[in-house]
Amino acid sequence: MTRMPARALALAATAMLAAAPALAQDEAATPKIDTGDTAWMLTSTALVLLMTIPGLALFYAGMVRKKNVLATMMQSFTITALVTVIWMVAGYSLAFGEGNAWIGDFSRVFLNGLADKWDKPFSLGSGDAAVATTIPESVFLMFQMTFAIITPALITGAFADRMRFSALVVFNVLWSLLVYAPVAHWVWHPNGWIFALGALDFAGGTVVHINAGVAGLVCAVVLGKRVGYGHDNMAPFDLSLAVIGAALLWVGWFGFNAGSAVGAGARAGMAMLVTQVAAAGAALAWMFAEWAAKGKPSVLGAISGAVAGLVAITPASGFVLPGSALLIGAVAGLSGFWGATALKHMCGYDDSLDAFGVHGICGIVGSLMVGFLAYGPLSATAALPDGTSGGIGQFITQAYATAAVFAFSAIATFVILKVTDVVVGLRVPEEEEREGLDVTQHGERIA
Amino acid sequence: MKLVMALIKPFKLDEVREALTPLGVQGLTVTEVKGFGRQKGQTEIYRGAEYQVSFLPKVKIEVVVPAALVDGVVEAIAKAARTDKIGDGKVFVLDVESALRIRTGETDTSAL
Repeated sequence: MTRMPARALALAATAMLAAAPALAQDEAATPKIDTGDTAWMLTSTALVLLMTIPGLALFYAGMVRKKNVLATMMQSFTITALVTVIWMVAGYSLAFGEGNAWIGDFSRVFLNGLADKWDKPFSLGSGDAAVATTIPESVFLMFQMTFAIITPALITGAFADRMRFSALVVFNVLWSLLVYAPVAHWVWHPNGWIFALGALDFAGGTVVHINAGVAGLVCAVVLGKRVGYGHDNMAPFDLSLAVIGAALLWVGWFGFNAGSAVGAGARAGMAMLVTQVAAAGAALAWMFAEWAAKGKPSVLGAISGAVAGLVAITPASGFVLPGSALLIGAVAGLSGFWGATALKHMCGYDDSLDAFGVHGICGIVGSLMVGFLAYGPLSATAALPDGTSGGIGQFITQAYATAAVFAFSAIATFVILKVTDVVVGLRVPEEEEREGLDVTQHGERIA
Repeated sequence: MKLVMALIKPFKLDEVREALTPLGVQGLTVTEVKGFGRQKGQTEIYRGAEYQVSFLPKVKIEVVVPAALVDGVVEAIAKAARTDKIGDGKVFVLDVESALRIRTGETDTSAL
Protein backbone atom coordinates (compact mmCIF):
# COMPACT_ATOMS: atom_id res chain seq x y z
CA MET A 1 0.00 0.00 0.00
CA THR A 2 2.74 2.45 0.90
CA ARG A 3 4.26 1.84 -2.51
CA MET A 4 1.26 3.21 -4.38
CA PRO A 5 2.18 6.89 -4.20
CA ALA A 6 5.75 6.12 -5.27
CA ARG A 7 4.51 4.19 -8.30
CA ALA A 8 2.16 7.00 -9.19
CA LEU A 9 5.04 9.45 -8.95
CA ALA A 10 7.21 7.26 -11.14
CA LEU A 11 4.49 7.08 -13.75
CA ALA A 12 4.11 10.82 -13.70
CA ALA A 13 7.88 11.22 -14.03
CA THR A 14 7.96 8.83 -17.00
CA ALA A 15 5.24 10.82 -18.67
CA MET A 16 7.21 14.03 -18.15
CA LEU A 17 10.42 12.44 -19.46
CA ALA A 18 8.62 11.20 -22.54
CA ALA A 19 7.71 14.80 -23.21
CA ALA A 20 11.38 15.76 -23.02
CA PRO A 21 13.42 13.28 -25.13
CA ALA A 22 16.87 14.76 -24.43
CA LEU A 23 16.34 14.48 -20.72
CA ALA A 24 15.09 10.91 -21.07
CA GLN A 25 18.28 9.88 -22.85
CA ASP A 26 20.42 11.31 -20.08
CA GLU A 27 18.37 9.40 -17.60
CA ALA A 28 18.89 6.10 -19.46
CA ALA A 29 22.66 6.55 -19.63
CA THR A 30 23.01 7.05 -15.86
CA PRO A 31 22.56 3.83 -13.89
CA LYS A 32 19.98 4.03 -11.18
CA ILE A 33 19.87 2.73 -7.66
CA ASP A 34 17.92 -0.51 -7.81
CA THR A 35 15.69 -0.86 -4.79
CA GLY A 36 15.59 -4.66 -5.03
CA ASP A 37 19.37 -4.94 -5.12
CA THR A 38 19.70 -2.41 -2.34
CA ALA A 39 17.14 -4.22 -0.19
CA TRP A 40 19.05 -7.49 -0.54
CA MET A 41 22.37 -5.81 0.24
CA LEU A 42 20.91 -4.16 3.36
CA THR A 43 19.69 -7.60 4.41
CA SER A 44 23.01 -9.25 3.58
CA THR A 45 24.90 -6.67 5.59
CA ALA A 46 22.79 -7.44 8.65
CA LEU A 47 23.31 -11.18 8.08
CA VAL A 48 27.09 -10.84 7.92
CA LEU A 49 27.15 -8.77 11.10
CA LEU A 50 25.05 -11.52 12.70
CA MET A 51 27.86 -13.94 11.87
CA THR A 52 30.25 -12.15 14.23
CA ILE A 53 27.81 -11.09 16.94
CA PRO A 54 26.39 -13.31 18.17
CA GLY A 55 27.40 -16.12 15.76
CA LEU A 56 31.16 -16.32 16.12
CA ALA A 57 31.03 -15.05 19.71
CA LEU A 58 28.86 -18.03 20.67
CA PHE A 59 30.73 -20.52 18.48
CA TYR A 60 34.05 -19.67 20.12
CA ALA A 61 32.73 -19.06 23.64
CA GLY A 62 31.12 -22.49 23.70
CA MET A 63 34.45 -24.14 22.96
CA VAL A 64 36.59 -22.51 25.66
CA ARG A 65 36.66 -23.33 29.35
CA LYS A 66 34.20 -21.74 31.75
CA LYS A 67 36.72 -19.21 33.06
CA ASN A 68 37.21 -17.70 29.59
CA VAL A 69 33.67 -17.59 28.20
CA LEU A 70 33.01 -13.88 28.74
CA ALA A 71 36.48 -12.86 27.58
CA THR A 72 36.01 -14.82 24.37
CA MET A 73 32.64 -13.22 23.67
CA MET A 74 34.12 -9.83 24.53
CA GLN A 75 36.79 -10.27 21.84
CA SER A 76 34.21 -10.59 19.06
CA PHE A 77 32.09 -7.82 20.53
CA THR A 78 34.97 -5.39 20.96
CA ILE A 79 36.32 -6.11 17.50
CA THR A 80 32.88 -5.31 16.08
CA ALA A 81 32.93 -1.86 17.63
CA LEU A 82 36.61 -1.23 17.06
CA VAL A 83 36.71 -2.19 13.39
CA THR A 84 33.59 -0.14 12.71
CA VAL A 85 35.43 2.97 13.81
CA ILE A 86 38.72 1.94 12.14
CA TRP A 87 36.83 1.28 8.88
CA MET A 88 35.14 4.66 9.00
CA VAL A 89 38.30 6.56 9.87
CA ALA A 90 40.81 4.99 7.47
CA GLY A 91 40.21 1.29 6.73
CA TYR A 92 37.68 1.82 3.96
CA SER A 93 39.90 4.42 2.33
CA LEU A 94 42.95 2.14 2.43
CA ALA A 95 40.98 -0.82 1.09
CA PHE A 96 38.72 0.80 -1.49
CA GLY A 97 40.31 4.16 -2.23
CA GLU A 98 41.83 4.45 -5.73
CA GLY A 99 45.48 4.23 -4.68
CA ASN A 100 47.68 1.86 -6.67
CA ALA A 101 48.03 -1.89 -7.16
CA TRP A 102 49.10 -2.41 -3.54
CA ILE A 103 46.93 -0.24 -1.36
CA GLY A 104 44.22 2.41 -1.45
CA ASP A 105 44.85 5.94 -0.34
CA PHE A 106 43.76 8.52 2.22
CA SER A 107 41.25 10.24 -0.08
CA ARG A 108 38.29 8.70 1.76
CA VAL A 109 39.37 9.05 5.39
CA PHE A 110 36.40 9.70 7.65
CA LEU A 111 34.36 8.64 4.60
CA ASN A 112 35.27 11.91 2.92
CA GLY A 113 33.12 12.56 -0.15
CA LEU A 114 30.36 10.13 0.78
CA ALA A 115 27.81 12.92 1.10
CA ASP A 116 28.44 14.20 -2.45
CA LYS A 117 26.97 11.15 -4.18
CA TRP A 118 25.08 9.63 -1.31
CA ASP A 119 21.94 8.95 -3.37
CA LYS A 120 23.72 7.89 -6.58
CA PRO A 121 24.62 4.30 -7.51
CA PHE A 122 28.13 3.46 -6.36
CA SER A 123 30.89 2.69 -8.85
CA LEU A 124 34.06 1.01 -7.57
CA GLY A 125 37.23 2.27 -9.17
CA SER A 126 37.39 4.65 -12.13
CA GLY A 127 37.80 4.71 -15.88
CA ASP A 128 37.42 1.56 -17.97
CA ALA A 129 38.20 -0.72 -15.04
CA ALA A 130 35.36 0.68 -12.91
CA VAL A 131 32.84 -1.80 -11.56
CA ALA A 132 29.38 -0.28 -11.53
CA THR A 133 26.82 -1.26 -8.91
CA THR A 134 23.17 -0.44 -8.44
CA ILE A 135 23.39 0.31 -4.73
CA PRO A 136 24.41 3.46 -2.84
CA GLU A 137 27.95 3.66 -1.47
CA SER A 138 26.68 3.74 2.11
CA VAL A 139 25.42 0.18 1.66
CA PHE A 140 28.53 -0.98 -0.18
CA LEU A 141 30.92 0.32 2.45
CA MET A 142 28.77 -0.98 5.30
CA PHE A 143 28.59 -4.44 3.69
CA GLN A 144 32.37 -4.42 3.31
CA MET A 145 32.70 -3.22 6.90
CA THR A 146 31.05 -6.38 8.18
CA PHE A 147 33.72 -8.42 6.36
CA ALA A 148 36.45 -6.28 7.88
CA ILE A 149 34.87 -7.02 11.27
CA ILE A 150 34.59 -10.79 11.03
CA THR A 151 38.11 -11.36 9.68
CA PRO A 152 40.09 -10.29 12.77
CA ALA A 153 37.37 -11.86 14.95
CA LEU A 154 38.12 -15.23 13.33
CA ILE A 155 41.77 -14.92 14.38
CA THR A 156 40.81 -14.82 18.07
CA GLY A 157 40.17 -18.56 17.96
CA ALA A 158 43.89 -19.19 17.59
CA PHE A 159 45.00 -17.34 20.73
CA ALA A 160 41.96 -18.05 22.91
CA ASP A 161 42.49 -18.26 26.67
CA ARG A 162 45.82 -16.43 26.86
CA MET A 163 46.04 -13.02 25.16
CA ARG A 164 45.93 -9.78 27.09
CA PHE A 165 42.87 -7.72 26.26
CA SER A 166 45.02 -4.63 25.71
CA ALA A 167 47.16 -6.62 23.28
CA LEU A 168 44.04 -7.70 21.41
CA VAL A 169 43.04 -4.05 20.94
CA VAL A 170 46.49 -2.90 19.75
CA PHE A 171 46.93 -5.94 17.49
CA ASN A 172 43.52 -5.48 15.97
CA VAL A 173 44.01 -1.80 15.10
CA LEU A 174 47.33 -2.53 13.39
CA TRP A 175 46.16 -5.71 11.67
CA SER A 176 42.99 -4.14 10.26
CA LEU A 177 44.90 -1.26 8.70
CA LEU A 178 48.11 -3.01 7.68
CA VAL A 179 46.93 -6.48 6.68
CA TYR A 180 43.19 -6.57 6.03
CA ALA A 181 42.91 -3.29 4.13
CA PRO A 182 45.76 -3.94 1.68
CA VAL A 183 44.72 -7.54 0.98
CA ALA A 184 41.11 -6.46 0.37
CA HIS A 185 42.49 -3.83 -2.02
CA TRP A 186 44.65 -6.37 -3.88
CA VAL A 187 41.77 -8.75 -4.43
CA TRP A 188 38.63 -6.69 -4.69
CA HIS A 189 39.59 -3.24 -5.99
CA PRO A 190 39.89 -3.03 -9.79
CA ASN A 191 43.34 -1.47 -9.30
CA GLY A 192 44.51 -4.32 -7.07
CA TRP A 193 47.24 -6.56 -8.44
CA ILE A 194 45.46 -9.83 -7.62
CA PHE A 195 42.25 -8.47 -9.14
CA ALA A 196 44.24 -7.63 -12.29
CA LEU A 197 45.75 -11.10 -12.26
CA GLY A 198 42.25 -12.50 -12.69
CA ALA A 199 42.24 -14.57 -9.50
CA LEU A 200 38.77 -15.60 -8.40
CA ASP A 201 37.62 -14.78 -4.88
CA PHE A 202 33.90 -14.23 -4.79
CA ALA A 203 33.35 -13.61 -1.09
CA GLY A 204 36.69 -13.75 0.68
CA GLY A 205 38.53 -17.05 0.47
CA THR A 206 41.85 -15.22 0.36
CA VAL A 207 40.88 -11.87 1.89
CA VAL A 208 38.97 -13.30 4.85
CA HIS A 209 39.71 -16.95 5.48
CA ILE A 210 43.29 -17.60 4.33
CA ASN A 211 44.22 -14.19 5.69
CA ALA A 212 42.65 -14.83 9.11
CA GLY A 213 43.68 -18.48 9.22
CA VAL A 214 47.34 -17.80 8.53
CA ALA A 215 47.35 -14.86 10.96
CA GLY A 216 45.89 -17.28 13.51
CA LEU A 217 48.62 -19.81 12.87
CA VAL A 218 51.30 -17.17 13.41
CA CYS A 219 49.54 -15.99 16.59
CA ALA A 220 49.41 -19.56 17.94
CA VAL A 221 53.11 -20.07 17.27
CA VAL A 222 54.25 -16.68 18.60
CA LEU A 223 52.09 -16.73 21.75
CA GLY A 224 52.89 -20.37 22.50
CA LYS A 225 50.72 -23.08 23.97
CA ARG A 226 48.20 -22.59 26.71
CA VAL A 227 49.39 -23.48 30.22
CA GLY A 228 48.62 -27.16 30.75
CA TYR A 229 48.16 -27.89 27.05
CA GLY A 230 48.33 -31.63 26.41
CA HIS A 231 47.98 -32.35 30.13
CA ASP A 232 45.02 -30.50 31.64
CA ASN A 233 41.45 -31.20 30.65
CA MET A 234 40.52 -28.40 28.26
CA ALA A 235 37.11 -29.74 27.36
CA PRO A 236 34.67 -27.11 26.12
CA PHE A 237 32.49 -25.40 28.70
CA ASP A 238 29.21 -25.66 26.80
CA LEU A 239 29.04 -26.99 23.27
CA SER A 240 25.36 -26.08 23.02
CA LEU A 241 26.49 -22.45 22.73
CA ALA A 242 28.83 -23.52 19.93
CA VAL A 243 25.98 -25.26 18.11
CA ILE A 244 23.87 -22.10 18.23
CA GLY A 245 26.87 -20.09 17.08
CA ALA A 246 27.61 -22.40 14.17
CA ALA A 247 23.96 -22.34 13.12
CA LEU A 248 24.00 -18.54 13.13
CA LEU A 249 27.19 -18.59 11.08
CA TRP A 250 25.56 -20.92 8.57
CA VAL A 251 22.49 -18.70 8.12
CA GLY A 252 24.55 -15.51 8.16
CA TRP A 253 26.75 -16.96 5.43
CA PHE A 254 23.94 -16.47 2.93
CA GLY A 255 24.55 -12.74 3.35
CA PHE A 256 28.30 -13.30 3.09
CA ASN A 257 28.20 -15.27 -0.16
CA ALA A 258 24.93 -14.43 -1.87
CA GLY A 259 25.44 -10.81 -0.77
CA SER A 260 28.77 -10.77 -2.56
CA ALA A 261 26.82 -10.74 -5.83
CA VAL A 262 26.12 -7.08 -4.84
CA GLY A 263 22.61 -7.50 -6.13
CA ALA A 264 19.51 -9.62 -5.91
CA GLY A 265 19.89 -11.49 -9.19
CA ALA A 266 20.42 -15.00 -10.50
CA ARG A 267 24.05 -15.07 -9.40
CA ALA A 268 23.05 -14.36 -5.80
CA GLY A 269 20.56 -17.19 -6.02
CA MET A 270 23.17 -19.62 -7.30
CA ALA A 271 25.62 -18.45 -4.64
CA MET A 272 23.07 -19.15 -1.92
CA LEU A 273 22.32 -22.62 -3.29
CA VAL A 274 25.96 -23.69 -3.53
CA THR A 275 26.61 -22.30 -0.06
CA GLN A 276 23.92 -24.52 1.40
CA VAL A 277 25.09 -27.60 -0.51
CA ALA A 278 28.76 -27.17 0.41
CA ALA A 279 27.96 -26.64 4.10
CA ALA A 280 25.85 -29.79 4.18
CA GLY A 281 28.40 -31.87 2.28
CA ALA A 282 31.21 -30.81 4.59
CA ALA A 283 29.19 -31.37 7.78
CA LEU A 284 28.47 -34.93 6.67
CA ALA A 285 32.03 -35.56 5.46
CA TRP A 286 33.56 -34.47 8.79
CA MET A 287 30.93 -36.36 10.74
CA PHE A 288 31.42 -39.65 8.90
CA ALA A 289 35.22 -39.29 8.87
CA GLU A 290 35.25 -38.79 12.62
CA TRP A 291 32.76 -41.60 13.15
CA ALA A 292 35.03 -43.95 11.22
CA ALA A 293 38.29 -42.74 12.76
CA LYS A 294 37.32 -42.09 16.38
CA GLY A 295 34.23 -44.24 16.85
CA LYS A 296 31.68 -41.49 17.51
CA PRO A 297 30.05 -38.81 15.35
CA SER A 298 30.63 -35.79 17.60
CA VAL A 299 28.47 -32.67 17.70
CA LEU A 300 31.57 -30.49 17.62
CA GLY A 301 32.71 -32.41 14.53
CA ALA A 302 29.45 -31.90 12.67
CA ILE A 303 29.30 -28.16 13.34
CA SER A 304 33.00 -27.72 12.58
CA GLY A 305 32.41 -29.54 9.30
CA ALA A 306 29.60 -27.17 8.35
CA VAL A 307 31.85 -24.18 8.99
CA ALA A 308 34.66 -25.84 6.99
CA GLY A 309 32.32 -26.22 4.02
CA LEU A 310 31.10 -22.64 4.31
CA VAL A 311 34.70 -21.42 4.35
CA ALA A 312 35.67 -23.46 1.29
CA ILE A 313 32.67 -22.41 -0.80
CA THR A 314 33.26 -18.73 0.00
CA PRO A 315 35.74 -17.97 -2.81
CA ALA A 316 33.87 -20.28 -5.21
CA SER A 317 30.29 -19.28 -4.46
CA GLY A 318 29.63 -17.00 -7.44
CA PHE A 319 31.53 -19.22 -9.84
CA VAL A 320 30.43 -22.85 -9.40
CA LEU A 321 27.37 -25.04 -9.85
CA PRO A 322 25.83 -27.25 -7.11
CA GLY A 323 27.62 -30.44 -8.17
CA SER A 324 30.99 -28.73 -7.76
CA ALA A 325 29.80 -27.29 -4.46
CA LEU A 326 29.10 -30.77 -3.11
CA LEU A 327 32.60 -31.84 -4.11
CA ILE A 328 34.16 -28.74 -2.55
CA GLY A 329 32.15 -29.38 0.61
CA ALA A 330 33.21 -33.02 0.86
CA VAL A 331 36.89 -32.18 0.35
CA ALA A 332 36.62 -29.29 2.83
CA GLY A 333 35.02 -31.51 5.49
CA LEU A 334 37.84 -34.03 5.24
CA SER A 335 40.53 -31.35 5.04
CA GLY A 336 39.18 -29.48 8.05
CA PHE A 337 38.99 -32.72 10.02
CA TRP A 338 42.61 -33.40 9.13
CA GLY A 339 43.67 -29.80 9.86
CA ALA A 340 42.04 -29.66 13.28
CA THR A 341 42.75 -33.19 14.50
CA ALA A 342 45.97 -34.34 12.82
CA LEU A 343 48.01 -31.46 11.36
CA LYS A 344 47.87 -29.42 14.57
CA HIS A 345 49.12 -32.25 16.75
CA MET A 346 51.70 -33.28 14.18
CA CYS A 347 53.22 -29.78 14.10
CA GLY A 348 52.73 -29.13 17.80
CA TYR A 349 51.20 -25.63 17.81
CA ASP A 350 48.21 -24.76 19.97
CA ASP A 351 45.71 -23.25 17.53
CA SER A 352 43.16 -23.45 20.32
CA LEU A 353 39.90 -23.24 18.38
CA ASP A 354 41.38 -24.12 14.98
CA ALA A 355 41.35 -20.76 13.23
CA PHE A 356 44.02 -22.10 10.87
CA GLY A 357 42.88 -25.73 10.85
CA VAL A 358 39.41 -24.76 9.64
CA HIS A 359 39.63 -21.28 8.07
CA GLY A 360 43.17 -21.43 6.73
CA ILE A 361 43.08 -24.98 5.38
CA CYS A 362 39.56 -24.83 3.95
CA GLY A 363 40.11 -21.34 2.57
CA ILE A 364 43.03 -22.77 0.61
CA VAL A 365 40.95 -25.78 -0.48
CA GLY A 366 38.18 -23.55 -1.85
CA SER A 367 40.51 -21.02 -3.45
CA LEU A 368 42.36 -23.77 -5.32
CA MET A 369 39.34 -25.89 -6.28
CA VAL A 370 37.46 -22.99 -7.84
CA GLY A 371 40.37 -22.77 -10.27
CA PHE A 372 39.25 -26.05 -11.77
CA LEU A 373 35.53 -25.95 -11.12
CA ALA A 374 34.51 -22.42 -12.18
CA TYR A 375 31.61 -22.44 -14.61
CA GLY A 376 32.09 -19.56 -17.04
CA PRO A 377 28.55 -18.35 -17.71
CA LEU A 378 28.03 -17.47 -14.04
CA SER A 379 30.67 -14.74 -14.22
CA ALA A 380 29.92 -13.55 -17.76
CA THR A 381 29.83 -9.77 -18.20
CA ALA A 382 29.54 -7.44 -21.16
CA ALA A 383 33.31 -7.05 -21.16
CA LEU A 384 33.95 -10.76 -20.65
CA PRO A 385 31.07 -12.57 -22.39
CA ASP A 386 32.37 -16.08 -21.65
CA GLY A 387 33.09 -15.43 -17.99
CA THR A 388 35.89 -17.23 -16.21
CA SER A 389 36.01 -21.00 -16.58
CA GLY A 390 38.11 -23.46 -14.63
CA GLY A 391 41.30 -24.95 -16.04
CA ILE A 392 44.95 -25.44 -15.32
CA GLY A 393 45.78 -21.82 -16.12
CA GLN A 394 43.15 -20.52 -13.71
CA PHE A 395 44.30 -23.03 -11.09
CA ILE A 396 47.84 -21.66 -11.29
CA THR A 397 46.48 -18.12 -10.91
CA GLN A 398 44.55 -19.26 -7.84
CA ALA A 399 47.63 -20.94 -6.36
CA TYR A 400 49.66 -17.78 -6.95
CA ALA A 401 47.08 -15.57 -5.24
CA THR A 402 46.79 -18.05 -2.36
CA ALA A 403 50.55 -18.18 -1.84
CA ALA A 404 50.85 -14.39 -1.99
CA VAL A 405 48.16 -13.79 0.63
CA PHE A 406 49.56 -16.62 2.78
CA ALA A 407 53.07 -15.15 2.75
CA PHE A 408 52.04 -11.54 3.28
CA SER A 409 49.65 -12.37 6.10
CA ALA A 410 52.26 -14.53 7.85
CA ILE A 411 55.04 -11.96 7.69
CA ALA A 412 52.92 -8.91 8.46
CA THR A 413 51.14 -10.64 11.34
CA PHE A 414 54.49 -11.69 12.82
CA VAL A 415 55.79 -8.13 12.75
CA ILE A 416 52.57 -6.73 14.22
CA LEU A 417 52.66 -9.30 17.04
CA LYS A 418 56.24 -8.36 17.90
CA VAL A 419 55.35 -4.66 17.95
CA THR A 420 52.30 -5.36 20.10
CA ASP A 421 54.44 -7.41 22.48
CA VAL A 422 56.80 -4.47 22.97
CA VAL A 423 53.97 -1.97 23.44
CA VAL A 424 51.69 -3.83 25.88
CA GLY A 425 52.84 -7.46 26.19
CA LEU A 426 51.00 -10.18 24.31
CA ARG A 427 50.30 -12.76 26.91
CA VAL A 428 48.79 -12.67 30.39
CA PRO A 429 51.02 -13.89 33.25
CA GLU A 430 50.73 -17.60 34.01
CA GLU A 431 48.76 -17.17 37.25
CA GLU A 432 46.23 -14.97 35.47
CA GLU A 433 45.89 -17.54 32.73
CA ARG A 434 45.15 -20.21 35.32
CA GLU A 435 42.65 -17.94 37.04
CA GLY A 436 40.96 -17.24 33.71
CA LEU A 437 40.62 -14.19 31.50
CA ASP A 438 37.06 -13.38 32.62
CA VAL A 439 38.12 -12.34 36.10
CA THR A 440 41.65 -11.14 35.40
CA GLN A 441 40.92 -9.10 32.26
CA HIS A 442 37.35 -7.98 32.83
CA GLY A 443 36.63 -8.42 36.55
CA GLU A 444 33.57 -10.53 35.87
CA ARG A 445 32.57 -14.17 35.73
CA ILE A 446 29.61 -16.24 34.65
CA ALA A 447 27.65 -17.99 37.40
CA MET B 1 22.19 -42.06 66.30
CA LYS B 2 23.96 -42.96 63.12
CA LEU B 3 24.88 -41.02 59.99
CA VAL B 4 24.30 -43.03 56.86
CA MET B 5 26.33 -41.65 53.96
CA ALA B 6 25.62 -43.27 50.63
CA LEU B 7 27.27 -42.56 47.26
CA ILE B 8 25.00 -43.71 44.46
CA LYS B 9 24.35 -43.33 40.76
CA PRO B 10 22.51 -40.05 40.16
CA PHE B 11 19.54 -41.61 38.36
CA LYS B 12 18.85 -43.85 41.39
CA LEU B 13 18.13 -40.93 43.72
CA ASP B 14 14.36 -40.98 43.42
CA GLU B 15 14.12 -44.73 43.96
CA VAL B 16 16.26 -44.47 47.08
CA ARG B 17 14.14 -41.67 48.48
CA GLU B 18 10.97 -43.64 47.82
CA ALA B 19 12.49 -46.68 49.58
CA LEU B 20 13.39 -44.62 52.68
CA THR B 21 10.11 -42.80 53.23
CA PRO B 22 8.17 -45.90 54.47
CA LEU B 23 10.93 -46.58 57.02
CA GLY B 24 10.15 -43.33 58.81
CA VAL B 25 13.05 -41.29 57.49
CA GLN B 26 11.90 -37.68 57.85
CA GLY B 27 14.54 -35.92 55.82
CA LEU B 28 17.84 -36.26 54.08
CA THR B 29 20.51 -34.17 52.41
CA VAL B 30 21.64 -34.69 48.83
CA THR B 31 24.82 -33.38 47.21
CA GLU B 32 26.01 -33.74 43.62
CA VAL B 33 29.57 -34.99 43.78
CA LYS B 34 32.25 -36.45 41.54
CA GLY B 35 34.60 -39.29 42.30
CA PHE B 36 36.12 -42.51 41.18
CA GLY B 37 36.28 -46.07 42.41
CA ARG B 38 36.66 -49.27 40.53
CA GLN B 39 34.49 -48.02 37.69
CA LYS B 40 36.64 -46.84 34.79
CA GLY B 41 36.19 -43.28 33.62
CA GLN B 42 35.10 -42.16 30.17
CA THR B 43 37.03 -40.76 27.23
CA GLU B 44 35.90 -37.48 25.72
CA ILE B 45 37.23 -36.38 22.35
CA TYR B 46 37.08 -32.80 21.10
CA ARG B 47 38.53 -32.32 17.62
CA GLY B 48 41.06 -35.05 18.23
CA ALA B 49 42.05 -33.94 21.74
CA GLU B 50 41.28 -36.87 24.04
CA TYR B 51 40.54 -36.36 27.71
CA GLN B 52 40.30 -39.23 30.16
CA VAL B 53 37.55 -38.24 32.54
CA SER B 54 38.19 -40.34 35.66
CA PHE B 55 35.86 -38.46 38.02
CA LEU B 56 32.31 -39.51 37.37
CA PRO B 57 29.22 -37.77 38.65
CA LYS B 58 27.59 -39.38 41.70
CA VAL B 59 25.02 -38.33 44.25
CA LYS B 60 25.87 -38.31 47.93
CA ILE B 61 22.98 -38.90 50.34
CA GLU B 62 23.39 -38.08 54.03
CA VAL B 63 20.72 -39.16 56.49
CA VAL B 64 20.89 -39.32 60.30
CA VAL B 65 18.65 -41.99 61.88
CA PRO B 66 18.13 -43.56 65.34
CA ALA B 67 20.50 -46.51 65.81
CA ALA B 68 17.61 -48.96 65.73
CA LEU B 69 16.69 -47.97 62.18
CA VAL B 70 20.14 -48.06 60.69
CA ASP B 71 20.18 -51.64 59.39
CA GLY B 72 16.86 -51.22 57.61
CA VAL B 73 17.96 -47.91 56.08
CA VAL B 74 21.24 -49.31 54.78
CA GLU B 75 19.48 -52.34 53.36
CA ALA B 76 16.82 -50.20 51.67
CA ILE B 77 19.41 -47.91 50.09
CA ALA B 78 21.48 -50.84 48.85
CA LYS B 79 18.44 -52.55 47.39
CA ALA B 80 17.11 -49.47 45.64
CA ALA B 81 20.48 -48.30 44.28
CA ARG B 82 21.70 -51.61 42.96
CA THR B 83 21.98 -52.17 39.21
CA ASP B 84 24.52 -55.02 39.48
CA LYS B 85 26.82 -53.02 37.21
CA ILE B 86 30.15 -51.55 38.26
CA GLY B 87 29.84 -48.06 39.74
CA ASP B 88 26.77 -48.63 41.92
CA GLY B 89 28.48 -46.86 44.78
CA LYS B 90 29.03 -47.36 48.54
CA VAL B 91 27.29 -46.88 51.86
CA PHE B 92 29.12 -45.74 55.01
CA VAL B 93 27.74 -45.62 58.57
CA LEU B 94 29.19 -43.25 61.18
CA ASP B 95 28.36 -42.51 64.81
CA VAL B 96 26.68 -39.20 65.54
CA GLU B 97 27.28 -37.50 68.90
CA SER B 98 24.38 -35.12 69.07
CA ALA B 99 21.67 -33.38 67.08
CA LEU B 100 19.74 -30.12 67.50
CA ARG B 101 16.72 -28.73 65.68
CA ILE B 102 17.47 -25.05 65.46
CA ARG B 103 13.88 -23.76 65.39
CA THR B 104 12.59 -25.55 68.50
CA GLY B 105 15.72 -26.42 70.42
CA GLU B 106 14.81 -30.15 70.46
CA THR B 107 17.83 -32.40 70.76
CA ASP B 108 19.06 -35.83 69.64
CA THR B 109 16.47 -38.33 68.35
CA SER B 110 13.57 -35.92 68.77
CA ALA B 111 15.46 -33.52 66.53
CA LEU B 112 15.68 -36.00 63.66
